[in-house]
Amino acid sequence: MADYKEIINRYKDLPGGIIEAYHALQREYSFIPEDSIAYAAQVFDLPLAKAYGVATFYSYLKVGERGKNVIRICESAPCHVAGAKEVVNALEKELGIKMGESTADGKFTLEFCECVGQCQATPVITVNSKPYGDITPEKIPGILAAYK
Amino acid sequence: MAEEMRIVLRNMGKIDPLKIEDYINAGGYKSLEKARQMGQEALMEEVKKSGLRGRGGAGFNCGMKWSFSYKVQSEQKYVVCNADEGEPGTYKDRTIMENDPQSVLEGMAICGYAIGANKGYIYCRGEYPYVVDILNQAIAQAKEKGVLGDFDIEVRMGAGAYVCGEESALIESIEGNRGEPRFKPPFPPVIGLWQKPTIVNNVETFANIPIILEKGADWYKSIGAEKYPGTKVVTLTGDVNNRTVFEVPTNTSIRQVIYDFGGGIKDGKKFKAVQIGGTSGGFIPESMLDTPIDFDSMTAIGAVLGSGAVFVMDETRDIVNVVARIAGFFEHESCGKCSPCREGTKRIHEMMEKLDAGQGSGGDLSLLERLGTVMTKACLCGLGQAAPSPVLTTLKNFNSEYQAKLN
Repeated sequence: MADYKEIINRYKDLPGGIIEAYHALQREYSFIPEDSIAYAAQVFDLPLAKAYGVATFYSYLKVGERGKNVIRICESAPCHVAGAKEVVNALEKELGIKMGESTADGKFTLEFCECVGQCQATPVITVNSKPYGDITPEKIPGILAAYK
Repeated sequence: MAEEMRIVLRNMGKIDPLKIEDYINAGGYKSLEKARQMGQEALMEEVKKSGLRGRGGAGFNCGMKWSFSYKVQSEQKYVVCNADEGEPGTYKDRTIMENDPQSVLEGMAICGYAIGANKGYIYCRGEYPYVVDILNQAIAQAKEKGVLGDFDIEVRMGAGAYVCGEESALIESIEGNRGEPRFKPPFPPVIGLWQKPTIVNNVETFANIPIILEKGADWYKSIGAEKYPGTKVVTLTGDVNNRTVFEVPTNTSIRQVIYDFGGGIKDGKKFKAVQIGGTSGGFIPESMLDTPIDFDSMTAIGAVLGSGAVFVMDETRDIVNVVARIAGFFEHESCGKCSPCREGTKRIHEMMEKLDAGQGSGGDLSLLERLGTVMTKACLCGLGQAAPSPVLTTLKNFNSEYQAKLN
């Protein structure tokens, strides 16, 4: 794995680049390592509070550890009426964890999210941002198998 | 039977979006050339005359907006494309960018020429990393071909904040800050990104520009509704037979959208409600379905066209339950900068959950109405001002649903 300092350094000269740097960290680790925020503050010449403030404002960014594969379930209204609740139940059952938790082996994290813009195929889940549509509880094991 | 009219999506399925040659062969980048020959003022006049109004939801005359930035003396100006499509039920900007990214780049470059900007940003939502890849490839090809001239475009990723669809919050986010809306005035066309004059337009707005120049303002103005001419890309979700995306003239009625394009209600059930414009839009009953979808007609019935998302609910849907979920969305997405929104969205959500659980009283309904009305007036930005709309319109148009769940 690349060192977080090296990843952040790549965006040093990009105006307003701290969010792009956070995205790059997430692509590498699937989350923003807590320690990296102080370094980002230093590189972008920001108070530590501000670097934290940015990292924690955005729901797509996650400070602190989470699983290697992040599964997000859309709970916006179109997915809600299309049966998102049943999908949540199926995911929790399949992985043996609750929403917001990670599996003990560090492979999966379950999160709620709002609309991911794939509403032609509600309900929708994403695994590491890749969308899967028209989800039914029966489809869950097959989708997850590819990430196990 | 109403028919689809593809202007923005004219190249969809006809060209390879990742081959700039296809776009050029279809007439692409001729409008940018034409714009440069017209001169800045004549160009803006043409766009103004076409009647094109912002397709992101605010509906402001596009050419007029550009002229505000043009008039400001500044050594640096910016063009920003709002691709932070976060309104639930909406995926029209994704459809445009996935199928015809060059039309968006060309529209931005035309705007850049008009106002005197040589730098553009596309702020694309973080949930669309695959669209970011397409845009970056399209930009690289355009640079290689030299079609953009000295106009540079860079893609920046949003990170899951609905409020960043608001233009000043979006600008804050590009600057690397928390996406909190600014106090206005000054408006972005005068003081925007890095304090410079900045035009923020929606993806669909930019995609309209090249064809307006190609075919002329008079041609465009003759399509659709008189005061909101052109087409609208619409995304249908919920209980319809065809959950799909299509483009229609703006004088198409809601009924035509649901029945002609959506194929009617799924499983032979009856219609109950439709919410248009995304999750901040109003809920519309059967009696209003013959309203045309254009901006002003929708506003006149207390609804909005917004992003063009059309979310249909059949007779079995529990309106109070759906609105409670929507209230949860707004509590989550409120940025917290102003208290009417930060506190208001939280209290609305609490009351809606209580009503949904069958524990609410008539007093809660009047409290909801009062709080919602205050928020529409007192909140800093469009998010908070529109957040109570699903509650207020359902209290008005679907009051019996609330009465049936009172304790």
